[in-house]
Amino acid sequence: MRELKSVGRSTTKIDSLALATGQERFTADLAPRDSLVCTLLYSPQAHAEVTRLDADAARRTPGVVEIFSYLNVPRVLHTTAGQGFPEPSPYDAVLFDSRVRYVGDRVAMVVAESEQAAQEALKKIQVEYRVLEAVFDPEAALLPGAPLLHGGEDHAAIPVVFRPEENLCAQVEISFGDLEAGFADSDFVEDHTYRVQAASHCAMEPHAAFAYLDERGRLVVVSATQVPFHARRIVAMLLGLPIRQVRVVKPRIGGGFGGKQEVILEPLVALATLRTGCPARLVLSRREVFVSCRTRHAMRVRLRMGARRDGTITAVEMDGLLNSGAYGTHALTVLSNVGAKVLPLFNKVENLRFLGRSAYTNLPVGGAYRGYGATQGYFAFNQHIDMIARRAGQDVVEYCKRWHIKAGETSGVFKALGEGKEGVEQVVRSCALSECLDRGAEAIGWSRKRGKRLPGGPDRVRGVGLAVCMQGSGIPRIDMAAAAMKMNEDGSVNLMIGATDIGTGSDTILAQIAAETLQLPVEAFVVLSSDTDTTPFDTGAYASSTTYVSGRAVLECAEKLRGQILSAAAALLEEPVEALRIEDGTVAAPSGKRLSYAEIATTCTYSENQQQLQSQGSYVCEESPPPFLAQFAEVEVDTRTGRIEVLELISAADCGRPVNPVLAEGQVEGAAVNGVSYALWEDYVYDAAGRLTNPRFWDYKIFTARDLPKMRTILVDSEEPSGPYGAKSIGEIAINGPAPAIANAVYDAVGVRLFELPMTPERLWKAMREQAGVDSRGGGAGKGGGMQG
Amino acid sequence: MEARFRINGQERTLSFPGDAVLLDVLREAGYLEVKEGCREGACGSCLVLLDGVLVNSCQVLAGSVDGRAVTTVRGIGTFQVPHPIQAAFVEAGAVHCGFCTPGLVLAAYALLEANPHPEEAEITRALDGNLCRCTGSVKVMEAVRLAARRLEDRHA
Repeated sequence: MRELKSVGRSTTKIDSLALATGQERFTADLAPRDSLVCTLLYSPQAHAEVTRLDADAARRTPGVVEIFSYLNVPRVLHTTAGQGFPEPSPYDAVLFDSRVRYVGDRVAMVVAESEQAAQEALKKIQVEYRVLEAVFDPEAALLPGAPLLHGGEDHAAIPVVFRPEENLCAQVEISFGDLEAGFADSDFVEDHTYRVQAASHCAMEPHAAFAYLDERGRLVVVSATQVPFHARRIVAMLLGLPIRQVRVVKPRIGGGFGGKQEVILEPLVALATLRTGCPARLVLSRREVFVSCRTRHAMRVRLRMGARRDGTITAVEMDGLLNSGAYGTHALTVLSNVGAKVLPLFNKVENLRFLGRSAYTNLPVGGAYRGYGATQGYFAFNQHIDMIARRAGQDVVEYCKRWHIKAGETSGVFKALGEGKEGVEQVVRSCALSECLDRGAEAIGWSRKRGKRLPGGPDRVRGVGLAVCMQGSGIPRIDMAAAAMKMNEDGSVNLMIGATDIGTGSDTILAQIAAETLQLPVEAFVVLSSDTDTTPFDTGAYASSTTYVSGRAVLECAEKLRGQILSAAAALLEEPVEALRIEDGTVAAPSGKRLSYAEIATTCTYSENQQQLQSQGSYVCEESPPPFLAQFAEVEVDTRTGRIEVLELISAADCGRPVNPVLAEGQVEGAAVNGVSYALWEDYVYDAAGRLTNPRFWDYKIFTARDLPKMRTILVDSEEPSGPYGAKSIGEIAINGPAPAIANAVYDAVGVRLFELPMTPERLWKAMREQAGVDSRGGGAGKGGGMQG
Repeated sequence: MEARFRINGQERTLSFPGDAVLLDVLREAGYLEVKEGCREGACGSCLVLLDGVLVNSCQVLAGSVDGRAVTTVRGIGTFQVPHPIQAAFVEAGAVHCGFCTPGLVLAAYALLEANPHPEEAEITRALDGNLCRCTGSVKVMEAVRLAARRLEDRHA
């Protein structure tokens, strides 16, 4: 392959200077000054029937234009999940319902001329509730006799298990081999139950959207969305409009992480605008984002693994129970991914069973969150691997190197488990995980530190731990992306992509891919993305798909444009097209004749061989090549208080060939710090009535610069044959490893296992006390974590 | 009520309700680079300099700062002529979604004005009031170090 000029370089993000100087505009900045203000009324009850809603007094408040509730908005069942069509999430929600299912569920919306009027009216809406029994625990929710959240006409849009009469909003089961024989063949079994908590995405920009009618009466929705095309489809469906009547535009967006895949606000501002004829905006407060948007799904994972004394795993049984909250958004697919993104990693296991269930409860709603089930699953998996390696008397780094999936290999899980349906068989074609393990181990000083319990001061002990993981690159045979290009007479190119840059830098890296193919500088591209009127379709920014899927669409589009440029040049130069070659924005012939793109395009535009040089490309991925990651943590435990300090976190990642190394590192660092923050601090703390007690940054602390461990990112290049210039995804994977790596490091330091997140000082202190108690009574290692190895 | 401000070097007279906070008054007047992330003074997205001192503008009553100088991120450098700190953020890859960036740039500016040669711990303390979910703050730290070096070269 020739030397690459654009791909592999750390081009600065094309919007970064405008952002750093405050020039760029986000959704709330763009809303028309005269737009109506939408404000939402939320349920104070976890589960109740609205028996009376009186908005008359509120409606008479000066400045109030309209009030929406179940009384005047048609019931259209849908899911807010913002997925492809038909969605794998159940249709169990309507815009306004007479039933509320969690504290923070939407009851009514005030549309007013000012914020003050809207707030005043909100207080005047009289609502009477008939309180119903609520259920918060997913195990309890599945028991016979539990209060039911859904039923009636709620249904699944695709043929999957959906039993609202049992609060079961999703179920997945796969198995192969002979599980019992596998366990019988083992020398020991590790069987533990892990718990991970709900969390907020904490994108710094709160959710926002506004709508207006354009000059010809079409509805335009501007939204901080990760999925403009899905948003268009859902808005059209909910409001009974043909898709052609709706345009969705995403301006700059202040982070997403999965939280803005949900189509929550778009239909509401659209409703307000359609009914009033006026522009309308809805910008959420931070508290509303915490309570009434989406969370990471809390989950209970029971993992049983049988292994021989030499470490060979003979059987794996994973039983996951996901707390979906009040609605089933992503309840099936996150659940599927707990198995699908975790179990193929150790692909030599012959006997395997995965059972997953998602339960409705009267709590805030789970949804897509960076990592998407893999985070939940890997917390369990990596602690188990650490235990088995220890019991087998092997170093876990070498153990992982031996057993992880390699290039040229497959796993039965790929085919068995997809996103709401059977998966797609695939062979891994690039994998540098072994090298990631070696380089990460060296960087953290593994051999000097592992098992040494080095003192960090009085009552302070240090330990190191490891986690390995994989993710995917798009959803095979589902995710589709498209791109269009046209060349201007100066040789510059407009690049139109449906792909959605949510702060990741995808506008930049997609331009780099185009630049590489056309041998132009990145600056020659004018990138326009995420406008359903002017850019082609893209499923959106989720499932780690953009670099790989949208990248392939851009590559195909650029290759077609290159073909057109060559044909046009051949005619102008009177040379056979096969003889021509492209170099640095010119077309050269063996004769020495040469034409610049500008000369070709100017001629084609105005004088000879007249045509618009333009192309389009569209790509649906047939496979989902996994990126791989090894994360190493060094911790220091204060044995008096149980406080864990992460001293260092090394992330060694294989994302194929990174299109833009600095941006790829940034993805790893952002995800890794989010992962550490989640592992140690972040939690949704509810009171007995199901109210979230900490919906603010003062009480829901996330890591800042001051809290950082020493961070190091190592990109270990591989070459993914199916990727654009060898690239795979990198957006999500690095959030998965910190929690298990830290838990394993804590064990290395103090010999105590933590099975529940977040790993607060209280939890570790209690676990250390419990263990000391067990040990002093002369007991062995109990279920729930004992000293081994 | 009405009050006079000197915003990014320009005299402005603005009228607003007596209980309005500076964040809303600035945004209403078109200074949209000042972002609202939490409205509780916890995230740093709405930071501005008030007579050179860093404040969360969501926590300041606009009427209480009548006659004082307000600097937003556009006041220290522009797209055409960026401040070295802004250029360093771009170069270090410290700008992802960019929503928190105006606040971070101003926090770095306030630090480096007061302390051109900050120690590592002084940088982290200066940035402790800014939340940034995208970058994990790693490249933000690099940007501040880079900016400090650049500013030193410029003064040398």
